[in-house]
Amino acid sequence: MERVPILKIGGVLLVSIQIDLQDQSVLALQEDLAEKISSTGAHGVVIDISAVEIVDSFIGRMFATIASISRLFDADTVVVGMRPAVAITLVELGLTLGGVRTALDLERGMKILGQLGRGRDA
Amino acid sequence: MTDAGDAQRLTELLRANADSLIDRWVGEVASLLRGRATRTELEADFREFFAALLPLVGNDGKDTGAPEFAEIRSLTEEYSRARVRAGFTPSETASSVFSLKREVFALTENENDPELFRQVMVFSGLLDALGLLTFEFYARARDEIIREQSEQLLELTTPVVKIWEGVLAVPLVGTLDSARTQVVMEKLLEALVETGSEHAIIDITGVFAVDTQVAQHLLKTVVAARLMGAECIVSGIRPQIAQTIVALGIEFGDIMTKASLADALRYALRRDGVDLVHREVR
Repeated sequence: MERVPILKIGGVLLVSIQIDLQDQSVLALQEDLAEKISSTGAHGVVIDISAVEIVDSFIGRMFATIASISRLFDADTVVVGMRPAVAITLVELGLTLGGVRTALDLERGMKILGQLGRGRDA
Repeated sequence: MTDAGDAQRLTELLRANADSLIDRWVGEVASLLRGRATRTELEADFREFFAALLPLVGNDGKDTGAPEFAEIRSLTEEYSRARVRAGFTPSETASSVFSLKREVFALTENENDPELFRQVMVFSGLLDALGLLTFEFYARARDEIIREQSEQLLELTTPVVKIWEGVLAVPLVGTLDSARTQVVMEKLLEALVETGSEHAIIDITGVFAVDTQVAQHLLKTVVAARLMGAECIVSGIRPQIAQTIVALGIEFGDIMTKASLADALRYALRRDGVDLVHREVR
C-alpha cells in the first residue's frame, strides 16, 4: 500500500496527493495526519489535490473527515487545486464539503492559513 | 422507360439549337432573378448543365438515383448550394430548371410531328424530376447551415471574459437550457483554473426565463466553483425572474446575488482588497 507523505512547513502540514487513492491509503492518511498534528502542534493543514483526476464519494468524505479531525486539534484545513471535473463530480455526488476551506492553488491556500493564524494570535 | 434511341429527333434538335436555346434560357432566368446573378455566371452554369442533360434526353427521370444521373445530380447539388448561400428562394432555384422546359416547348411548338411531341413530353418529365431534385438539395443545404449556426450559437453565446485581475464574468443571454448551462459551467470552471481567478460573476441580465432546473444548474456551478476555491456572484436578476424564483421556492442559500454587474464587480474588488476612489478632476 502506498502512503501519502505529510510535509511540515512552519506551522503548516502539507499533504500532496500524487497517487491514485485507494480506500486503504485514505484511512492510513487520516491516521498519520492525526498523529502528525498532535505531535507537531500544527495550526493548519493543506491538502493539495491538483494531481487527482478521479474521485468517489469515499474520497469526497475524506476531506470532511480530515477537516473534523484537524478541528479537534484546533487546526484549519484548506483543500487546494481541485480540478473542474473533480468539482463537478463532487457536486453531482451531493458533497459540498461544508466546513472545509478551498483555494485555487497552494500559494493562495498558504495565504489563507497565514491570515487565519494571525487572527488566532491576536 | 423510353429507350434513349427513341428520342434522337429531339436530341438532334436540341443540339442544333443549343446556343440560341441557352441564350434565351439564360435571358429568362436572369430577368427572373432581377440582376442578382450575372448572365456570364448563369451561362457558364447552364452550359455545363445542358451538356450533362443531352445524353439523358429520352429518359423519363423516374429514377434520378441511377448511375447515369451521377453527373447531373452533382451539378444540381452544386447549383442549389450556391443558391442557398446567395440567399435565393427555393422557387427561384427550381424555376431555373423549369425555365428550360418553356424554351424547349417554344422551340418545338411549330413542328407538326406527333412523335416529337411525345419525346418532348418525356423530356418535360425529366426536367420536372430535376426541378424537384433542386428542391431536395436546397432543403438539405439549408438544414446543414441551420445546424452549423446553432452549434456556433452555443459557442458564441457563452463567453467567459476577464474583467479585472482575478475577476471573471459570464454574461448569459437568451434561454438557458440544461445543455447550455452545462457548457457554461465547464467553460467557467476551466477558465477559473487557467486564469487563477478567485471571483466569477454570472450575469443573467439577458436571461428572460428561469425554471427550477436552470436554477439548480446555476447553484451547482456556484458550489463547484466554491469547491475549487473561487467565489461566484450572480448578478442582474430581472424583477420578473426574482418573482418566479421566490414563487417557485428556490433557495439561493448563502450565494451572493447583486442587482447589477457593476455592484457585483465592486463587491468582488472589495473582497480582493481593491479600493476604488473618485479623484477630483483638476
